[in-house]
Amino acid sequence: MTLMQKFLGATAAFALSAGAAMAEPALIFDLGGKFDKSFNEAAFNGAQRWADETGGTFREIELQSEAQREQALRRFAEAGANPIITTGFAFATPVEAVAGDYPDTKFVNIDGWMPEIPANVQMISFQEHQGSYLVGMMAAMASKSGTIGFIGGMDIPLIRHFGCGYAQGAKAVNPDINIVANMTGTTPSAWNDPVKGSELTKAQISQGADVVYAAAGGTGVGVLQTAADENILSIGVDSNQNHLHPGKVLTSMLKRVDVAVYNSMKSGNDIATGTSVVLGLAEDGVGVAMDENNAALVDATMKQAVEDARAKIISGDLEVASYYATDSCPALDF
Amino acid sequence: MDFMTLIQLLDSTIRLATPLLLACLAGLFSERAGIFDIGLEGKMLAAAFFSAAIAALSGSVWLGLLAGIGASLLLSALHGLASITFRGNQLISGVAINFLAAGMTVLIAQDWFRQGGRTPSLSGNARFEPITLPGADQLAQVPVIGPLYAELISGHSILVYMAFAAVPLTWWVLYRTRFGLRLRAVGENPAAVDTAGVSVIALRYAAVAICGLLCGIAGAYLSTALQAGFVKDMSAGRGFIALAALIFAKWRPWHALYATLLFGLFGALETRPDVITAVIGMKVQGQLLGALPYIMTVIILAGFVGKAIPPRAGGLPYVKER
Repeated sequence: MTLMQKFLGATAAFALSAGAAMAEPALIFDLGGKFDKSFNEAAFNGAQRWADETGGTFREIELQSEAQREQALRRFAEAGANPIITTGFAFATPVEAVAGDYPDTKFVNIDGWMPEIPANVQMISFQEHQGSYLVGMMAAMASKSGTIGFIGGMDIPLIRHFGCGYAQGAKAVNPDINIVANMTGTTPSAWNDPVKGSELTKAQISQGADVVYAAAGGTGVGVLQTAADENILSIGVDSNQNHLHPGKVLTSMLKRVDVAVYNSMKSGNDIATGTSVVLGLAEDGVGVAMDENNAALVDATMKQAVEDARAKIISGDLEVASYYATDSCPALDF
Repeated sequence: MDFMTLIQLLDSTIRLATPLLLACLAGLFSERAGIFDIGLEGKMLAAAFFSAAIAALSGSVWLGLLAGIGASLLLSALHGLASITFRGNQLISGVAINFLAAGMTVLIAQDWFRQGGRTPSLSGNARFEPITLPGADQLAQVPVIGPLYAELISGHSILVYMAFAAVPLTWWVLYRTRFGLRLRAVGENPAAVDTAGVSVIALRYAAVAICGLLCGIAGAYLSTALQAGFVKDMSAGRGFIALAALIFAKWRPWHALYATLLFGLFGALETRPDVITAVIGMKVQGQLLGALPYIMTVIILAGFVGKAIPPRAGGLPYVKER
């Protein structure tokens, strides 16, 4: 009986709060899962920071399958959540399909691309190639063997975009450098296969690689682990992953998804829609992670070189070619 | 392709084939006794989680292994209860186990560790370390045999050697013991076994339990030997590839070894596109290699290469005549 009362009470409270807080923002995580120590976790951290600072609450859902995308969007829209923030490129199509049915709700998508952005949608994209360029430079400077590796998750243009910037940065430092690039797979399970990540790392090590860059979600956990076990350097992605193996992770390519989510929630209904927002080095949307865990690995010349390149990219003196522009990479053949 | 590349490739083959081999033998015991088991994936996943979780909490990988086997046995018992005692549909019970494991592992992991469905990283005694076989370091300098022994045969975790030892053991149990004869008979013609006065139910439960034991070791290998911790859905379809290998091997232990080694080799080759390009002179998409195990199984099932005949009473619950 008491349990039943609790349930009824909870339901009533939930119904009330849903009615009262009409403009509660919602956040939908992609299939990698909320705590992937990477992309989705960064989104969650941004939302949490907003909640802590403003005392507001947000609604969230972790997807379990592809089929839930549109369903989750519609449920949040019906429940009055605003804005609805989605993470991941795969949300672009469902957002495009749903947005027209809820003209008063604002939708935000991070990482996606659509040919025409509906009036109530904001697309946020990152200049990952710029950040990857910087970590590519660091990888080439840290490498003693002259061979570095790149391990992507699912083989999609976005991940090639990462790899392309990385290769350009490495070649800028050492034109003769050998870059070994592998993708984990072609299905979403490629984001959660650390065993295969480990095998790819070992395969790259046997080809001479002594720095590997993992842009692979949960698969990257296996890459970083194997790199640490085999005593080579690795580079993390999206969130700061330097702490996972202190002294073994050269740096992490930060993609400030947290900042994007935080800003979106902060703007609330005043979000600029119908446009796309591009966050690059200049906006601190991407960057390299420097902290006490990798301090011993990064020397002054490396730091200086990265700073110089960063300033040049921001000022426009240095152009990093984007994979999207030509659907091919000048520095790396996938 | 030089000799060391070949060794490295075969080394990777062994690592990738080991979980497949264990799961394949697990399925072999179960299906030879007439219980189809598509829950191999779920049992591996549950074992991977519990072995990593208990190893992380206790600091002992052996306790972790026991916990993993225990979890897998529990799911096996569930499968047995549904499909042997209550005579339910074996495929549906297997699917249910896969879903149960996928959801349960992440849920419990989040509750215990608050790291979003993963376990903390394991180190030291909480992890199976590679074993250097006696004489490996001394022999390493000998040409050809040295690297073969030191790199390929030595330097795996104990679970790998257990998996390979399980193959002749399985063969011996199935073909050279009374228990094995009865187990095979119960998958072909349970009524005959019953007439002989042997309990069909008990035999089938025993087979399902052995299946749970082997899946438990396979799961523990994934999370505590190959990896240093559990990540959600980390079995990544290996239970299904093991099933494909089982059909490919036509439910025979030695052939299971060859099939899983072959599938492991495909996996290893997928990580070295440069080797394939060098050997056959053109670029092959890695995706093709990933799909090959399934393609080959379909070819076998379609009857192009020999014929795969499953145990005759497979999938049928046994009902005693009254």
